[in-house]
Amino acid sequence: MNIVVCVKQVPDTATERKLRSDDKTLDRDAADGVINELCEYAVEEALKIKEAHGGEVTVLTMGPSKATDTIRKALAMGADKAVHLVDDALHGSDALSTSYALAQTLKKIGFDLVILGSESTDARTGVLAAMLAERLGTPQLTLARKVDIDGSAVTIERVTDYGYDKVEASLPAVVSVVEKINEPRYPSFKGIMAAKKKPVETLGIADAEIAADQVGLASAWSEVVEFAAAPPRAAGTVVKDEGDGGAKAAEFLASKKFI
Amino acid sequence: MSVDRVLPTPEAHDLLDLVRELAAKEIVPRAAADEAASRFPRDVFSLLGASGLLGLPYPEEYGGAAQPYEVYLQVIEELAAAWLAVGLGVSVHTLSCFPVAAYGSDAQRAELLPAMTGGELLGAYCLSEPHSGSDAAALTTRAVPGADGYVVDGVKAWITHGGVADFYTLMARTSGDGARGISCFHVPAGVDGLSSGTPERKMGMRSSPTAQVRFDGVRLSPDALVGSPGEGFRIAMAALDGGRLGIAACAVGVAQAAFDAASAYARERRQFGSPLTEFQGLAFMLADMATSIAAARALYLEAARLRDAGRPYGTQAAMAKLFATDMCMRVTTDAVQVLGGYGYVEDFPVERHMREAKVLQIVEGTNQIQRLVIGRAIAKGSIG
Repeated sequence: MNIVVCVKQVPDTATERKLRSDDKTLDRDAADGVINELCEYAVEEALKIKEAHGGEVTVLTMGPSKATDTIRKALAMGADKAVHLVDDALHGSDALSTSYALAQTLKKIGFDLVILGSESTDARTGVLAAMLAERLGTPQLTLARKVDIDGSAVTIERVTDYGYDKVEASLPAVVSVVEKINEPRYPSFKGIMAAKKKPVETLGIADAEIAADQVGLASAWSEVVEFAAAPPRAAGTVVKDEGDGGAKAAEFLASKKFI
Repeated sequence: MSVDRVLPTPEAHDLLDLVRELAAKEIVPRAAADEAASRFPRDVFSLLGASGLLGLPYPEEYGGAAQPYEVYLQVIEELAAAWLAVGLGVSVHTLSCFPVAAYGSDAQRAELLPAMTGGELLGAYCLSEPHSGSDAAALTTRAVPGADGYVVDGVKAWITHGGVADFYTLMARTSGDGARGISCFHVPAGVDGLSSGTPERKMGMRSSPTAQVRFDGVRLSPDALVGSPGEGFRIAMAALDGGRLGIAACAVGVAQAAFDAASAYARERRQFGSPLTEFQGLAFMLADMATSIAAARALYLEAARLRDAGRPYGTQAAMAKLFATDMCMRVTTDAVQVLGGYGYVEDFPVERHMREAKVLQIVEGTNQIQRLVIGRAIAKGSIG
């Protein structure tokens, strides 16, 4: 089975994240780039499916050249090879154009199963899996906490507010996963060494037959008009206990609708 | 800990990144609780094994990672900073693999080493006995040669991983004459007649079992012998040279962890309207701590580079062990002082570090023995 895992490099959530003042896009140089956490679960699930059913795991990422660190991480975990879609024309792409660019690339490299994390920690749109499936004309199985493959059938448990739905489709398909699905492995030192020798194919938009006028900041359907830094945290409310501390604390909690 | 390290290769940086990630996510969060419960973290060693960290300095063809000591020891330092029981455990395991790796026959290396360094097995090193510590050549455990191998009888003491190890590297007497009558053996844990005592109730490192290991008529095949008959003491001393560097690295790690806790506290804690770091009495104390940690790190790395270059390094290893562990005792004691009352309670890690430090002045040759080793080298004119 030919499994493609889409991974994304995001700014480390532990560092201060900023937008660029010039074009109001994410400032990718301001913070350390790390693999989006949910993408690790997607890689782990792809590796498990490969271990159980055979096949090959390809990592696909769209991002600037420094996103190779994220590719290496996925390869160190055990993926077989990678495709890196990198082109200045892609800068500023929104979810819609990102799904177009990735779909074009997926059509070119081929797949039986596409797996991705259900959202990224930077943009957090959570719509990419659905958009990708639509563009590829395949079933979409999103928010999976469990994935089973049986021949050409794929079944997932889709997390819902009330529990889960069992969703079944036939391959090829697009699956997005949530963190309940597994526990991602750590790469081994040997895996890290081996990853340096695994093939990484770099594609530009022309290679993947991506139309320049459908990607990038200029063709984005949404626009960031204005942004402001989050206000610094205000000083807390101090309740002095003069025998009525309990009542005052309860009053405060009630005012915030906690009780 | 964010030590700025100069490493010889990009792969060494990747390795240290991996170790720091494992330490932060899988080791640090549980160290205090497992220490309090005297719970051996076998699963942490399994994880380190799966990550390829239990055979770092050994050849790749035998399951190792072919890393120089300069890199391997910095891994030990990072692990010990997270949890000494783990850092020291990896050091002892690596030491236990050394005799087969360095003195074993080709057949022994091919048969035994991949499993020993591959991560699934954990080793223990059996040299000390109840009545033979610093005077290691006085050991009395006997391996009597017979027609079909050896029969071993005796008791080993202070054995790290005693009772939980998968193999024991054993030094036993095969003939009567002093150091030259000692031979080295590889003993799988499952053999009949091998048993371990109740783990010692230690001042620190309580999660790492230290126990007596009893050999009661243990039968070993002839190919359990590592090296030549009578070569055991030489093998043991060579193994200890490397082991001492491991302990030096552990000491630097523990000291660094205590310093990190103390300096972070001193920056935050305010008295008389100022952070503690503004008071010269404490600032100078912290400055001395940081300086002595850096000096100890430089000293063990210098010895490691000698070893990696194939040069004699035993005296330098003794110096590094002596200096780093005495430094660690002083720095961890001072770290408790910096935190004051908070340093003396279990809510902060520095009291644990202080208890951990003490054992490092004792193991792999007491610091008095280290001075003896260095003194002999001076007498011979080989240093200074």
